[in-house]
Amino acid sequence: MNGFHWDWAFTWEVLPMILSAAKVTLLATLLGSILAIVMGLVFALLRRSKSRTLCISTYWIVEFIRSTPLLVQIFFLYYVMPEFGVSMSPLATGVFALGLHYGAYLSEVFRSGIDGIEKGQWEAARALNLTIIDTYKDIVLPQAIRPMIPATGNYIIAMFKETPQLSAITLLEMLQMAKIIGSENFRYLEPFTLVGILYLVFSLLAAYGIHQVERRFPKEGFSLK
Amino acid sequence: MSAPIIEFKNVKKCFGETVIFSDFNFKVEENEIVSIIGPSGSGKSTLLRILMTLEGIDGGYINVAGESLWHMPWQGRYVPANSKHLHKMRNHLGMVFQHFNLFPHMTVKRNITEAPMRVKGVSRTEAEKFAEKLLRLVGLADKADSYPNDLSGGQKQRVGIARALAMKPSILLLDEITSALDPELVDEVLDVIRNLVKEESFTMLLVTHEMYFAREISDRVCFFDKGAIVEEGEPEAIFTQPREERTKAFLNAYIGQ
Repeated sequence: MNGFHWDWAFTWEVLPMILSAAKVTLLATLLGSILAIVMGLVFALLRRSKSRTLCISTYWIVEFIRSTPLLVQIFFLYYVMPEFGVSMSPLATGVFALGLHYGAYLSEVFRSGIDGIEKGQWEAARALNLTIIDTYKDIVLPQAIRPMIPATGNYIIAMFKETPQLSAITLLEMLQMAKIIGSENFRYLEPFTLVGILYLVFSLLAAYGIHQVERRFPKEGFSLK
Repeated sequence: MSAPIIEFKNVKKCFGETVIFSDFNFKVEENEIVSIIGPSGSGKSTLLRILMTLEGIDGGYINVAGESLWHMPWQGRYVPANSKHLHKMRNHLGMVFQHFNLFPHMTVKRNITEAPMRVKGVSRTEAEKFAEKLLRLVGLADKADSYPNDLSGGQKQRVGIARALAMKPSILLLDEITSALDPELVDEVLDVIRNLVKEESFTMLLVTHEMYFAREISDRVCFFDKGAIVEEGEPEAIFTQPREERTKAFLNAYIGQ
């Protein structure tokens, strides 16, 4: 019954190590989210492009990324790309893989958000002779962002929960750290439980934060000064 | 006599299988106020939307202020206009929409100053000064900092007019600007147009169902049906002595002439 005995002394000993690995997990999620939002927006805009070639090729790229497992993409970037001269650290690879993978999902969220803007808004912008960039920047996106918040938030939380996959390329994130601590001390209960609790706490906090952002966001959108 | 400011030559426009204009010809002189009346689906709004470059054409030519709207000269011949040409041509035109299409996330003032600042590079101070003048003109000086959703339909449309005027267009297109309003709000919007034409010369093309207004304000009234001008002339002639049976039937149905 040794495995079911909770050792508090051991817990306090390993907590700082798990927390320092949590910083890596959070950093990968934060940078991955930023990249995913940028990529999602780029994919969404390319899908709306007037050029049929751009539109169709973006569609297939997005479908390809969404239809292949994240782990395969991580391995591909980490082990195959160096053969083409592109070599990245585990963290950079992880951020890039998460950003690209979730960018493909977010592009659909952004696309439906943009499609939700009334035709009249586009027409008014055109009648006022605004450029397409100003139309997106000042008219469309400020109104489209609020409906996009919940789904974007869900994907970012999902991405956070996928970060353990980066342990497969030796990134020392929370799960990898727990595995090392467990194998060195022959005790897995405390490190893995701590990791589970931290994932739960961070996910709940993020969900609460996203809800607050959505609640406080003006219904009509916002305008930059 | 100077060249017309708007000229449609053999214009063709289709929506899929539906032909809106098959061989449409139409002219508007500078500073002329032309009302377009007619049943739904006759192509009235499409005419304005083509001029505002919201709809393309499938054949023919359109000239605006002496230049081709949908075509541009290239190596000695005319080719379909690129976005730069359309951008230049749109500077001549301003449009007020049936459903206002105000930007709900911007204050009234910002709705009016946005385009002059972004498109024409007018300074914020100058754009705001002009917006205040326009808001006084449309009787909404106290609503500059309100948001569109806090305004009545009539007030929204008056902001729509101010917003179009802020770009100082030489041609103003009014697309059924009172059709989405409660009847008691119609006059406050029409009064703005009445005052406007008293103060300044405009080329104005208005699609309307307000027959008394068309009669009062226009230099010329055109009755449209099935993508063609069935009858046109001075308002008094059209409203009191229409020649065509189709016009008579329409006006009878509308105003019980």
